[in-house]
Amino acid sequence: MLKLTLKDQPTVPLEAEMLTPDHFAGLSLDAIRALPVFHGKRQLRVDDFFTVEGEPSEELELHGDLARVKYIGRAMTRGRIKVVGNVGMHLGAYMKGGSIEVTGNASDWIGGEMTGGLIHVHGNAGGQIGAAYRGSLAGMNNGTILIGGTAGLEVGMRMKRGIIAIKGLVRDFCGLQMKGGTIVLHSGAEIRTGAWMIRGTIISLKPLKLLPTFPYACTYNPTFLRLYAKHLATLGFPIPIDEQDGAYQRYSGDTSVPGKGEILVWQPRK
Amino acid sequence: MLRITGGKVYDPANGINGEVRDICIADGKVVANVEGGRTIDANGMIVFPGGVDIHTHVAGAALNFARALTPENQRVAAKFMRTKDTRMGIGGQTPTTFATGYLYAGMGYTTVVEAAVPVLSAKHTHEELRDTPIVDKACCLLMGNNELVMDLLELGEYEKAKHTVAWLISAAKTYGIKAVNPGGVAAWKFGKDAKQIHSPIDGYNKVNPGTIIANLAKIVDELGLPHPMHLHCNNLGVPGNVSTTLETMKLLEGNRAHMAHLQFHAYGGDDWHTMRSESVQLAEYFNTHPNLTCDAGAVLFGNAVTITADGPWQHLLYQLTGRKWGNLDVENETGCGIVPYTYKGSNLVNAVQWAVGLELLLLINDPWRIFLTTDHPNGACFWRYPEIIHLLMHADIRRERVRALPEAALSRIYLADLDREYTLYEIAIITSAGPARALGMKQKGHLGVGADADIAIYNQNPDGELMFRYPRYVLKGGEVAVEEGEIRSTKDGHEFVCQPSYDEKIEDYLKPVFQQQYTMSFENYPVEAERVHGMQIAECSYKKPN
Repeated sequence: MLKLTLKDQPTVPLEAEMLTPDHFAGLSLDAIRALPVFHGKRQLRVDDFFTVEGEPSEELELHGDLARVKYIGRAMTRGRIKVVGNVGMHLGAYMKGGSIEVTGNASDWIGGEMTGGLIHVHGNAGGQIGAAYRGSLAGMNNGTILIGGTAGLEVGMRMKRGIIAIKGLVRDFCGLQMKGGTIVLHSGAEIRTGAWMIRGTIISLKPLKLLPTFPYACTYNPTFLRLYAKHLATLGFPIPIDEQDGAYQRYSGDTSVPGKGEILVWQPRK
Repeated sequence: MLRITGGKVYDPANGINGEVRDICIADGKVVANVEGGRTIDANGMIVFPGGVDIHTHVAGAALNFARALTPENQRVAAKFMRTKDTRMGIGGQTPTTFATGYLYAGMGYTTVVEAAVPVLSAKHTHEELRDTPIVDKACCLLMGNNELVMDLLELGEYEKAKHTVAWLISAAKTYGIKAVNPGGVAAWKFGKDAKQIHSPIDGYNKVNPGTIIANLAKIVDELGLPHPMHLHCNNLGVPGNVSTTLETMKLLEGNRAHMAHLQFHAYGGDDWHTMRSESVQLAEYFNTHPNLTCDAGAVLFGNAVTITADGPWQHLLYQLTGRKWGNLDVENETGCGIVPYTYKGSNLVNAVQWAVGLELLLLINDPWRIFLTTDHPNGACFWRYPEIIHLLMHADIRRERVRALPEAALSRIYLADLDREYTLYEIAIITSAGPARALGMKQKGHLGVGADADIAIYNQNPDGELMFRYPRYVLKGGEVAVEEGEIRSTKDGHEFVCQPSYDEKIEDYLKPVFQQQYTMSFENYPVEAERVHGMQIAECSYKKPN
């Protein structure tokens, strides 16, 4: 395992897209220390900010308050990154495979336009999770993002495939312009959930304040959810599915686009 | 002083077809002989006159708007890092100004014509062209929907209209004029379009697209502008538009005209489901009418950004794609629309478009009258020209690509039946000698004594794409600008402008109209000569043959 410890928090955000198992592969410790990072407009070395210890490996552990370190795990395809502490923006952007675990909080734009792999944040996360970068047609195109805490605005904006599951409360515009994939809200969301959604599924275990463009369709327990429930349970984000406990109310929309998406709201049996 | 020795020279304007001969250069010009100086050994290489792009969109308000509208393209675009000699920039669908110069030169192109400039934003265009290094430039002024001119034509004041056009060209410091969807863009301001050549335009009683086209072509010839009217016909991109295009061409008999991006105007069928290629019909007419030149406006599959002054078409395209749409208001002069677009091989319409571009290049017999363009960035980016050259040179590769198209497309195109293969000599014509002649630039597009020493030297290679993508050397004005894929010098190019003569009394007419109708004052309107970098005034010496 390779251990990197942040020496001091950088004064301006540090862009560290080299911090991935892919870039470290086959490099000696000295070569890893010499990899470039960008501090503002200056190109500096990894060891200007981090102490690097351990064995070169596919497993990477980052320690310290990395709230100002951006682009960790950008476009990674394999291996594991564990961040012990907080982490900055664009974590796992364009990620293709492998996994990232964060013990603290994460910032905005994590998993932006990712196409595979797993990101698990135990604390809170910011907005635009798994979203499309500005101007792009589609956001995350596969993979899984799990958030133990709360999340910010525009979660899953324009996402096309994959799963986002969030334990805490999510802010406005969750699933904005969503094109496919699944968002699971364990504690519900604030307003305008699913605005402009074209396809995809938003599952909420708490009542939602829905837009008027989401008409009620039916109450049922969709068969496909059994599969999802099984999968999510293995990830530690279980959802109820038993008919004894209740059923899901299906709202379809967003009819203003018009879209064929759905919002499923869990209704426990009284 | 410089001598290029040992290369096979392709100089169609002087009838030289692959002969091994020396080219001598002194003071930025080709000369008969030089003593001393550097010698470039071009053994095993081919020597072409520098490329001339007759129709492209590389500078100005519309392009800048497109750059801003498509950050998703910029993120994945090729990056140009700052070096000792070059500025930073990005390539992609809508390259930044400096990158545009490097990319064109890096492909062996040394002259480019920005095809659509409104007077109102001409200053912006000239300033961006100033920042487009290495290549020489010229631009065409948008005139097909200028309400000052249309109002005069409505009143039957032909002479006044002619002087107004001349005054506007002088004011905007452009090389020629271009008419885009004549009348249609003016009608667009009322939410309409001009679909019929002979029906009056909204807001006018007498003026119809046909009157504008015929009068502008006549005005350009009478003013003696070196380049004929550049025309983007009505009904661009619409199935069945070939009838409009043929009607338009008939109106132009007796005058010169350059038909821009003809590919977009050569469709049959009644709707998107029945759209088909009408390249054969169009090429037949075109082949027998030597007053016309055209450029291909070919399409390649992949991402593109469509940018045109044709506002109504762009609105339709936006509705078809559901993607982003930008629309600029250019007061009384023209319109502008931007829609990002992806041409897909699996899409029937796109497959037909792809085939039509190549078919026109193959079916129009005279390479001196059809030129290689993609209407950058509309059909594809200019830096993809080598892909088209490769297809033109190999019928078998074209057939292989045709086989990959949807089956429904096969009965609607002619491409698989065409055996013609371009020779290097013909490639030199459609990329350089032909466009230079159509532009009336006597110093460009050839390697005879007295020509500008703009030269591209390629390693000879059976793979046309590889050969033309990576020139071994590119010389601009006698200096080595590109060597082994690296930019070596970035001397600024010239900008060619025309200053046709006009009756100065026209200002007495224009000024009050102007003050009433424009947001800009009359005095601030013309582009100052100092703003045009490296300005060279071209003579207006065209004479209509009797």
